[in-house]
Amino acid sequence: MILDEALTELNDFLILNYSDDIISSDFSYKQLSIFVNVSAIQEITSALKLNPICQFRTLVDITAVDYPEEESRFHIVYHYLSMHQNMRIRLKVPVKETELVPSITNLFPAANWFEREVFDMYGILFSDHPDMRRLLTDYGFQGHPLRKDFPTTGYIELRYDQEKKKVVYEPVKLNQEYRRFDFMSPWEGSEIDLPVQLLNEEEDTRDV
Amino acid sequence: MSKEPREHFPESEQSIRNFNINFGPQHPAAHGVLRMVLELDGEIVDRCDPHIGLLHRGTEKLMESRTYLQNLPYFDRLDYVAPMNQEHAWCLAIESLLNIKITHRASLIRVLYSEIGRILNHLLNITTQAMDVGAFTPISWGFEEREKLMIFYERACGARLHAAYFRPGGVHQDIPEDLLDDIGSWALSFPKIVDDIEDLLTENRIFKQRNVDIGIVTKEEALDWGFSGVMVRGSGMAWDLRRAQPYECYNDFDFKIPIGRNGDCFDRYLCRVWEMRESVKIIQQAIQKLYKCQDEDVLVRGKVAPPKRNQMKKSMEALIHHFKLYTEGFHVPKGEIYSAVEAPKGEFGVYLVADGTNKPYKVKLRSPGFLHLAAMDHLCRGHQLADVSAILGSLDVVFGEIDR
Repeated sequence: MILDEALTELNDFLILNYSDDIISSDFSYKQLSIFVNVSAIQEITSALKLNPICQFRTLVDITAVDYPEEESRFHIVYHYLSMHQNMRIRLKVPVKETELVPSITNLFPAANWFEREVFDMYGILFSDHPDMRRLLTDYGFQGHPLRKDFPTTGYIELRYDQEKKKVVYEPVKLNQEYRRFDFMSPWEGSEIDLPVQLLNEEEDTRDV
Repeated sequence: MSKEPREHFPESEQSIRNFNINFGPQHPAAHGVLRMVLELDGEIVDRCDPHIGLLHRGTEKLMESRTYLQNLPYFDRLDYVAPMNQEHAWCLAIESLLNIKITHRASLIRVLYSEIGRILNHLLNITTQAMDVGAFTPISWGFEEREKLMIFYERACGARLHAAYFRPGGVHQDIPEDLLDDIGSWALSFPKIVDDIEDLLTENRIFKQRNVDIGIVTKEEALDWGFSGVMVRGSGMAWDLRRAQPYECYNDFDFKIPIGRNGDCFDRYLCRVWEMRESVKIIQQAIQKLYKCQDEDVLVRGKVAPPKRNQMKKSMEALIHHFKLYTEGFHVPKGEIYSAVEAPKGEFGVYLVADGTNKPYKVKLRSPGFLHLAAMDHLCRGHQLADVSAILGSLDVVFGEIDR
């Protein structure tokens, strides 16, 4: 199993060598995650890949998390695996909405589709990417579905039109409002008065 | 449509044109809804551009507005060939965040059904791979066995396919008594079926001509392209999460990790065959262990699991708990975790960001097939058109998990 000491050592090594570019690091649930400046992603990734003490040769995943309230709206999350040292690491890169992120396809060809997916789902652009197209959504799709401000129901729907004999796109029409129940009543013992709670719930349903 | 001809021929001779063809989305060898745009130079593939997303259902988006328990059935719909293996990763992620230790019996049942899932998957893959290169008999033999396994699924959880059986804190219900006997006797008869399928394929001249030395993946390539599962083991790396980073109680089991030597389609086929045999061993051991712990509960009866029926009839608290669990759901403390299992196709992982409420803030499903298909262009270049379907068959893709 992954040794805690090895990860702690790796953390110390990274902080020692890249103190300027590492914002913070966190060790929880036996997993190491490191916050890195966006400018240093290439440098640190290649260090992780090539340095014999870690040898993170496998790119496991790239994704992003959307925090609309924060100044750096997105956190891009990279997961790496080292089969040689049997370790995992997570890099997190905070980026602003319009910021360009250096692509790591030159280091890991596997990043190609992951970065396309992140672009598709969040609208984050990667620089020096060989093929920055949408990946999962429909041809001609607009918007970035996994952003928190994109409604789950979407904006357009399509159906087969009998008369026109083709598939037509139309704005979404819901026969019933999208049901998003809010059950945030006190499950761990009540601290809030019940009437206030009910009031909140009513407001919430109106919002959606 | 066409590129400039590479060489200029005298006018009397026919000029050579490159062809673009669409492979899929309705091609039987496309294994679902894959559209591949192939650029051909004669019969040689110059470029291959897979267009995915035709089965994109926005699972990750949907999961953000549902409770942890409501999200569980979505995992059956990812890789629908081996549903429970996916649920497993989700349960492990939640259990690590909540720091729950499940009972030994529940753990054994999970192992048992994970291995059944592995056989389900490999049976489908091997036989469809054979069908892609022209052999029709294996699929009908394989599906007979798959049917038996589906019935084992049904007897445990009530559904043949979309099981929703693994739950955070254990498994939904205990298995009926005679089920273990039946799985045991099936496990005795199954190696014979594997032998039969091997008789048809392993030394078959056509099957070998179509698969040996096709789609070779070197160790370097396997690492660069982020492969996992059979795709790395076929290339000679003994990497299996069940051994390398053991989860559940895989440490207590005796099984081997088959690895290939050449990294071609044929080695990957052999790896899968041997993995099925190893899975049968695990199943037999799990059954023996399960006989020894008949009395244990299969769910951790805490906040994450419903109370027992008879308690609900007597206790008001239990009834309230049941109601709250299925409406509000349980809360998962703030934190983030990546948890992975060795799914039949490779490493299936869940990256979960919890914000302390009853719904996940962000879920990323890391499916093995996504990376394998991403390397399709790299693998197919220079191969013949007919090899494309052989390579695709050996990658073991299922679009439920790739498109999510």
